[in-house]
This record gives sequence, C-alpha cells and structure tokens, in this order.
Amino acid sequence: MRLDEAFRAAGRRPLIPFITAGDPDLGTTLELIRILDEEKMTAIELGVPYSDPLADGPVIQAASGRALVHGVTLSTVLELACEARRNGVKTPLVLFSYYNPILQYGPQALITTAAEAGVNGMIIPDLPWEEGREIAESARVHGVDLIPLVAPTSRERIRRIVSDAQGFVYCVSSLGTTGVRSRFDLGVDDFLDTVREWSPVPTAVGFGISKAEHVRRFLKHADAAVVGSALVREVERAGEAFFDPARREEALEGIRRFVRELAEPRSTVASRT
Amino acid sequence: MTVESIDHLQAGAPGRFGNFGGRFVPETLMTALDELEEAYREACSDGEFQGELKALLSEYSGRPTPLSLAERLTKQVGGSRIYLKREDLNHTGAHKINNTLGQGLLAKRMGKRKLIAETGAGQHGVASATVAALLGMECKVFMGEEDVRRQKLNVFRMELLGADVIPVTSGSRTLKDATNEAIRHWVSHVEDTFYLIGSVVGPHPYPEMVRNFQRVIGDETRAQLLEREGRLPDDVVACVGGGSNAIGMFTAFLGDSGVRLHGVEAAGEGLDTEKHAATLTKGSPGVIHGSLTYLLQDPHGQVLPAHSISAGLDYPGVGPEHSHLKETGRVRYTTAEDREALEAIRLLSRTEGILPALESAHAVAEGVKIAAKGKPESIVVICLSGRGDKDVESIRQGLEGEGHAVG
Ligand SMILES: Cc1ncc(COP(=O)(O)O)c(C=O)c1O
Repeated sequence: MRLDEAFRAAGRRPLIPFITAGDPDLGTTLELIRILDEEKMTAIELGVPYSDPLADGPVIQAASGRALVHGVTLSTVLELACEARRNGVKTPLVLFSYYNPILQYGPQALITTAAEAGVNGMIIPDLPWEEGREIAESARVHGVDLIPLVAPTSRERIRRIVSDAQGFVYCVSSLGTTGVRSRFDLGVDDFLDTVREWSPVPTAVGFGISKAEHVRRFLKHADAAVVGSALVREVERAGEAFFDPARREEALEGIRRFVRELAEPRSTVASRT
Repeated sequence: MTVESIDHLQAGAPGRFGNFGGRFVPETLMTALDELEEAYREACSDGEFQGELKALLSEYSGRPTPLSLAERLTKQVGGSRIYLKREDLNHTGAHKINNTLGQGLLAKRMGKRKLIAETGAGQHGVASATVAALLGMECKVFMGEEDVRRQKLNVFRMELLGADVIPVTSGSRTLKDATNEAIRHWVSHVEDTFYLIGSVVGPHPYPEMVRNFQRVIGDETRAQLLEREGRLPDDVVACVGGGSNAIGMFTAFLGDSGVRLHGVEAAGEGLDTEKHAATLTKGSPGVIHGSLTYLLQDPHGQVLPAHSISAGLDYPGVGPEHSHLKETGRVRYTTAEDREALEAIRLLSRTEGILPALESAHAVAEGVKIAAKGKPESIVVICLSGRGDKDVESIRQGLEGEGHAVG
C-alpha cells in the first residue's frame, strides 16, 4: 500500500507510530511492527539509531543508544524492513535516519535497496529542502517518497517545501526536539491549517504527542498524528519483560493497548478537498 | 566515503567551500540561519558596526597582539627564525574573543539578548560569558561533563562572569556532545536566542562568518612581518581543533603561493591508536553539526569519539574550509601527539617564559620541527592561540605521567 492510499483508507488509524529499530532488540522490533500492522496504522516510522541524534530529546536519544549497543546499522534496518514484508506486513514503512549514515551508505544505493526492501518513504531530519533536491528526485523515480518536514518557524519556506511533496508532509508541532510535551503553542493550529491548505498531499503532525486527547485535537488540523517518544517510552518501560518468556506476550499486548487507546480507525474514506 | 562520491553534492552552491560546508540542520533552524546570514551581510557593509568591533578589539581586547621574535627558542632549535603571533595576550587569554566580540555585537544588532555557546577547553565559554557581561546579555554555556572536570578553573571563571554552565552528560561528554546539546537548546529557543558558535564549524553562514571575525590574526601578522622584515614568512603554523585560529591565521596568506601553511591536529596517544583527534589525517567526509566536512566515523557513519590531552582539540569534526584546503593541497595538515605537545610546553616555557595553551603547544611542536630543518634566513610564524594558565593541572598530570620532574 502506498503512503497516500494509507492516509485515505477506511479502517486505518490516523496514527504514525515511531519506534527505534533494535530497541530493545531486533526480534522485538519485528514483533512490534507486526502488532502495529495488525492495528492498522497509517504508516510505521522505523528509526535508524545514530550516535549524534541532534533533533531528538532524551527518550529517543536513549533508545538510539540501546540499539547501537546491539550494533544496529542502516543495513540492518533495511533487512528488518525486508523481513517484515516477508512476514506479510502491509502497512507503509517509513525509514527515519539522520543524513550521515545515509551519506556513508550511499544515497543512490540506499534508495534502490529501500525500494526493494518495501520501504515507502524516508524522513531525514537534518536534510533540509535545499540540500535534499537530488535525493528527492531519485527517490521519486524508485517509488520512495522523501517526506519533507515543515516547522512553525518555516513561514515563507512552507509553500516552496510542500509544493512538490510526495507521500505526506510532516509538520513539526512546536519548536524543539522530539519528546513528550504537556502544552502546545497557541499558533500551531493556524500553522497546521496553512500547511494543509497548501500541500498537495496529506499532512501529519508530530513532536510531543502522547495522549488520545492530543491526537483528537490535532486531527482537526492534520490527517494523521505521529507518536514517537511516548511510544518509545512505553517500549522502554516494558524493558526486561520483552526478554522474559513468561511476560513477553503481555508486554507486546501492552503496546497494542497503548496505540489502540490513542485513536479509533477512520470510519470512512478520507477525502482531501 | 570517497571524495568522488560527494562530487554531486552541490559543489559551488552558496555556503560551500568546494564540496564542503552547506546547511544540514533541522528545518526549525533554517529561517534563523537565513536571518543570521542577512544580518551578518548587512553588518559587514555597515561602517558603524565595523567601527564598533574595531574599537572593542583594540580597547577591550588589546589588539593588535604582538608578533614576537622568539630569540632564545630560535637559538636553541638552531634553524629558521621563529616568530610567535601572541593571541595569548588577548583579553581572556585566547583568540576566541575575536569571534565572540563579533558575534556578540551581531546578536545585539539583531535584538537578541540571550546567548548560548558550546565549549571544550572553556576558552570559548569564557570569551562568550565575557562578551555577555560586557553587552549586558544572558549567557548559557554547554560543556561536556568530562571537560567540566578537566577545566575546573574555566568553569569557575564563567560562573564568576555570570554565565550559566550546563554540564552535558550525553555521548562522550566532550565538545561534540556539548555542541549537540547547544543545537538542541537552540532548536527549542530559536526565536529569542543567539547561538554563538566558537569555531569555523556548523551550518552556513557560521564557518564563513567566524573565519572573517578571526582573519584579523593573519591580517595583522602579515602587516607586522612586512613592516619588521620587509618580507613574508616561509612557513606559518597553527593548531586545528575546529580550525578557527588556523583559518584566521591562514586566510591572509592563501594567495601568497610562496608561504607554506601547516595545520596541526591532535594525534593524542598516537595515530595508530583509537585515541586521537586527527580528523583530516584519519577521517573521511561526512556530516557533523550541520556541515559536510571531514570527520572521525565508523564505516556506518556513526561519529567516533575523539581524544586529546587538550580539551580544545578534542573534536571529531573540523571546519569545512579546512576540508577544502586539504583537498586543494594549499594547506598541509599534520599532527602532534600529546607527549610532543607537553614537550613543546616545557621548551617554550623555559626558553621564552611563555606558557602556551595545550592546544597552541601542538603548533609549537610542529613549528619547532620545521624551523629545525629550515635555513637560518627563513622565517617560521607560529600562531600562539592561547595561554596555558587554564591547563596547568592537566600539564602537571601529563608531565608526571611522562616521568618528567616538574619542579
Ligand atoms: C587556545 C586555543 N587554541 C585553539 C583552540 C582550538 O580551536 P580552533 O581550532 O577553532 O582555533 C582552542 C579551543 O578551545 C583554544 O582554547
């Protein structure tokens, strides 16, 4: 299923969960992907661990650190995506990686491998629009969408950034790094409405979203909500339980309940007019 | 990654030095960088701004700094004549103030009253805290926990000056992590906060702007030597952490093909160990702190920790212009080990009565090697980027570890 289709499909939840690949280990990540697929998410963001995640707050930094200890690399995450597809996962997969691991892998090689692995999109948080033109072009040719980010500070930049967007546009809810927030800026609704008006593709809002109440609030102004740190924190809390055969199933079901409680599936096909 | 494979990356685009440089930051910062660039360009062509900066550099920091002929050192080495560019005599004890005065005035011009800075050795932190006090601004300095321990004296100095020192506990707890944390703070407070970067690193326009605030070092040196000797130097040597004192020194001489330029990185415990900070010698191109440049990394693009006895050189990246100058071959980049830097400190202290910073001692070590092989009529200029008072404790421990009698 393509990203834009998933945003419209009835029966999918308007949620994009983020998990760090390899936290707590690759086997668990695969199980989490299965559960998120069963729960009919709009897409699943797979975070590639990085030594210097400067757009991330403490929760995702720590998850990245745990995954790096297991030697998880960009290649490992691509293999993981492949395996998820072999297991029958249908939900669109979006790779989230800082630019340097991509640069070392080779952007061209990554795009072809990602396409073969069944990856639908890529988010590169430290590759702004100006620097990403060539990658966006070749990704497009291979059917992988380079998802652009817009922030409340983007102002005049918004129109240019969204003009040729593919897949969806990722709206950063507030200034700062990833991490759970209790309050959101007053201007955020106007910002989201502006992006939605100008964007040719659906919009998702992320950074700081942790509760059903946040999701409900934001879905008035965007087509999906990204839940990152809050979910990663749930995975961190379950911790050792994932490695205890007696408690593993319960830990996984806990994650299932967590995402279920965030949002109901869309009841009708979403239209964008 | 090979150098060829980055050729497609917009060489020649704005903010590039050949293939290197650029702006690899979260979208949230892009507008702020555009605004900074615009304000900087306006300030460059504003006589009043330039006049104010010039006055501060002379009346507050004490510029021009002397170019001293090191006679006893020259005699002891027994080769070319050695001159020292005395950036250690700046207010606060290092070249860092040249840049912080410039950026501080720019922050004032932009109406921002909150400064943030990262620091390794603490020299840039002290220089930032100083300028914040001078201009009546708030200042937060991010410093790796490891460096807080190594540079206690500078931490206390910053606090005395009214700055808030924030110890950083992520990653390797040194300059790289302090920079990550400063960027994270900036992303959260970008609308009222000015990020005062301490070297020629980071996203465009920082590498260019910091170079231009530091180029006074080389411009003065060139004029002073022409006046005194009626000629240009044969060799110019500077240490390279992020590379600001080196670029500041080299820029004036880039067009003089007869002047050999040498950048000295920290080889730590040795280039064949994992404990070094020799980014240009042992690293490869990649992205760190918003800029495409050489860095120390593993094959998967994870940044490797750097190591040097000198906190100011302990950085796995380097300014993008240095990456370019390495590639064009205009500058020769080499290294000095911890023990060579310590040896150079003893030598300079005893021959000239000058205690250099551990960072600067790397340039002294290489400068002395060059002078020893040179002709007596040749001239070697060493950039003495800072004084060593902040380092006495590390130097004492280092020399004791080497088995030297310190007394
Ligand atoms: C005295 C001194 N020299 C050199 C450096 C290294 O910085 P750069 O390479 O930017 O000159 C530092 C950094 O803290 C320093 O304090």
